[in-house]
Amino acid sequence: MNFTEFLRLAWDSINSNKLRALLTMLGIIIGVASVIVMVSISAGTEAAIEDQITGLGSNLIYVNASFGRGMLSSGSGSSSGGLVYDDAFAIADGVSNVAAVVVEMESSENVRAGQVTLEGVTIQGSTADFPSVRDIDIDEGRFFNDQEVERKQKVAVLGSTLAHELFGDSDPIGQVITVDTTKLTVIGVFEERGTVSGVDFDAKLYTPITVVFQKFAPTQFARLMGDRVRTITVELEDPAQMDATIEQITLLLARRHDVSLDALDFSVTTQQDIIQTQESTTAAFRNLLAWVAGVSLIVGGIGIMNIMLVSVTERTREIGIRQSIGATPNDIRLQFLTEAVVLSLVGGLIGVIAGIAAAWIFGQASEMRTVIIPSSVFLAFISAALVGIFFGFYPANQASQLDPIEALRHE
Amino acid sequence: MMGANTIIETHDLTKIYGMGDIQVAALDGVSVTIEPGEFVAVMGPSGSGKSTLMNILGCLDRPTTGSYLLNGIDVSGMNRTELAGIRNQQIGFIFQSYNLLPRTSALKNVMAPLLYNKLEKYGREERAAIAETALVSVGLEDRLHHEPQELSGGQNQRVAIARALVNDPVLILADEPTGNLDSKSGEEIMALLHNLNIEGRTIVMVTHDPAIADHTQRTIHLLDGRIEKVVENGKKRTEKVDHELH
Ligand SMILES: Nc1ncnc2c1ncn2[C@@H]1O[C@H](COP(=O)(O)OP(=O)(O)OP(=O)(O)O)[C@@H](O)[C@H]1O
Ligand SMILES: [Mg+2]
Repeated sequence: MNFTEFLRLAWDSINSNKLRALLTMLGIIIGVASVIVMVSISAGTEAAIEDQITGLGSNLIYVNASFGRGMLSSGSGSSSGGLVYDDAFAIADGVSNVAAVVVEMESSENVRAGQVTLEGVTIQGSTADFPSVRDIDIDEGRFFNDQEVERKQKVAVLGSTLAHELFGDSDPIGQVITVDTTKLTVIGVFEERGTVSGVDFDAKLYTPITVVFQKFAPTQFARLMGDRVRTITVELEDPAQMDATIEQITLLLARRHDVSLDALDFSVTTQQDIIQTQESTTAAFRNLLAWVAGVSLIVGGIGIMNIMLVSVTERTREIGIRQSIGATPNDIRLQFLTEAVVLSLVGGLIGVIAGIAAAWIFGQASEMRTVIIPSSVFLAFISAALVGIFFGFYPANQASQLDPIEALRHE
Repeated sequence: MMGANTIIETHDLTKIYGMGDIQVAALDGVSVTIEPGEFVAVMGPSGSGKSTLMNILGCLDRPTTGSYLLNGIDVSGMNRTELAGIRNQQIGFIFQSYNLLPRTSALKNVMAPLLYNKLEKYGREERAAIAETALVSVGLEDRLHHEPQELSGGQNQRVAIARALVNDPVLILADEPTGNLDSKSGEEIMALLHNLNIEGRTIVMVTHDPAIADHTQRTIHLLDGRIEKVVENGKKRTEKVDHELH
C-alpha cells in the first residue's frame, strides 16, 4: 500500500462521517485561527505604535542643554555652559549622517493683526529645516530659508489655527502683523498638524530664531551669555548609524564647550528610549498571546487524540474486518495516523482561512489594527500537522494492536 | 491449486480459554487433513468448537498447542504481520454476518483485499477491474456502487464471497454462510459455493443444516472440541448444481 492509498482511505473515512471529522478538527481549527488572529493583533499594535513614534518626527536626536551645571562651573562666553546657537551649525558641518539640524527657541508675546489682538501667543524661533524635521507641510506660501535666518529677516509663518484667528477667511500672505513691538510679514501658513505629544503646532507663530534672539529673548542676562538655546534637534540620514552619530556629536560639543566627557554640560537623548519602553510592553503582550495560542493548539491536539481514541473504539469492528482480509498492524497504524494528519491539515487549512477572515473582520470592526504575518500563518499550519502526527500516534498504535478475533466480535 | 500439497494438515490442535481455575478447552486435540479440491462441512452442536477451529484454520486465531500446515507452510510460529499476509493471499473467509466495511460500496469492499496484497502490487484501475470481475461472477454487476446497508442479506453475502475470491486464495472458509439468510438466499449462496468447488476451490464450511452438509463430500462432526466422526457423503464435485432446481 502506498501513501496515496492511505490518503484515499483517510479521505473516504472522513467523508463518510463529516460531523465526527468536524468535531475532531474543531480544536485544531480554533488553535490555528487563534494563533493567526493573536499574532495579527500584536503585529497590528506594534505597527500602530511605530507609526505614532514616526509621527513625532522620525530618526531624531535631541541635544539638550544642562544649564545648571554649565552656569556654575563656567565663567562666561560661549565656550562653556550649555548649548549655543552656533553649536547647531557646528553639528551640521562637522558630523556625518546628519540630514538636518533645527534649533528652537520659544517666547510668549502679544500678537496684533489689524483690529485683532491675541495675548500670549507662542513665538517659535526656528531654522529652515523645521518643516522637514517636524514632518509638517506648508499649506500656503512658503517657509523661511537659511538666508532669511542668517539676515534676521522679519518674516512669520503661521499655524493654521492662529492664521484663522488673526485673519478669518482673508488671505494672510503678505500681511504685516505686530509681535510685541516688532513688525513681521507673513510669508506662509502651515497645514493643520494637530497636537503631538502635548504640543499644539497649529497655534504657534514661527519666525527665524535669529529674530527671537534679537527681539524677544527673555532676559538681559541671556543676551549677555550669548545666543543660548535649550534644544538642538538633529535629523539623521541613516537611523542605523545612530550610536556612531551620537558619539560624534558628544565628542564635538565636549571639545567646543571644553568640558570632559564625565562632566558634560549637555545631554543627548533619542527616541530609542520611548521605542524601548514601547517594545518591552508589546513584547510582553506578544508573548502572552503566543502562549495562549500555543496552549490552544495543544488543546486542539488533545482533542484530536481524544476523538481518535473514541473513533478507534467505535471502529473496532472495521479494524477487525480489515485485519481479516489481510491488513497488517502497520497498515492499520498508518491508516489511523494518516487520518489524524489529514484531519489536522484540513483543520489547519480551515483554521488558516478562519483566522485570516477573523483577523480582517476584527481589524475592521474594532479600533485595533491587525496585520496578517505570513510566517505566522505558515507556522500555525505546520504546527497543526505536527500536533496531528504527535497526538495521532497513540490512538493509531492502539488500533494496530487489536486482536482480529476480538475486534470482529466487537459491537 | 492443482499442486500436490495437502491444503490443510493439523495435528492435535487445542485451544484453551480462561487461564484461571476454570479452563475451557474449546478445541481438544483436533487433527484434520483436507486435500485440494475438497468441499468439507463442519457440523456439531453449539459450543462444540466449530468457530474456534475455523478461526485457527483462517489464521485469525492461534492454537494453544498443536501444529497447522497450510498449503505445506507451517503457520503456527508466524507473527502478526506474516499471518496477515497469509489471510490476505491464501485464505478467503466468509462470515455468517458478512463483515463488510460499512458505508463502503460493494466495489470498494471487494477491492480492499487487493489493497493489502503485498505480493501483487495492483494499481487502482487494476484493482477496480479485478473486483468488478469478481462481483460480476457472483451476479452483482448492477450493484457495484451500492453500500451494504442498501443491499439484501443474500446480496451482502455474495459481495463477501466476491471479496473472499479476489486474491485467488488456496482455501475458502465459510462459518455458517447461510445462517443469517432465508432459505432462498441460502440456496443461492450454496449454489455459488458448489460452483466454486466445481471450479476446483477447496472449501471448508460450518453448517447446522444436515441437508446442506449432505451436498459436500465429507462432513466432520465436532463434539466438545473433539472430532466425533467423519462422514463421507459420496458426492463427486463434478456434479454442477443448478440452484433453480432446489
Ligand atoms: N473468547 C473466548 N473466551 C472464552 N471462551 C470462549 C471464547 N470463545 C469461545 N469460547 C468457548 O469455546 C467454546 C467453543 O466456542 P465456538 O464459538 O467455537 O462454538 P461453535 O461451535 O462455533 O458454536 P455455535 O454453533 O454456537 O457458533 C464455547 O464453549 C465457548 O464458550
Ligand atoms: Mg460458531
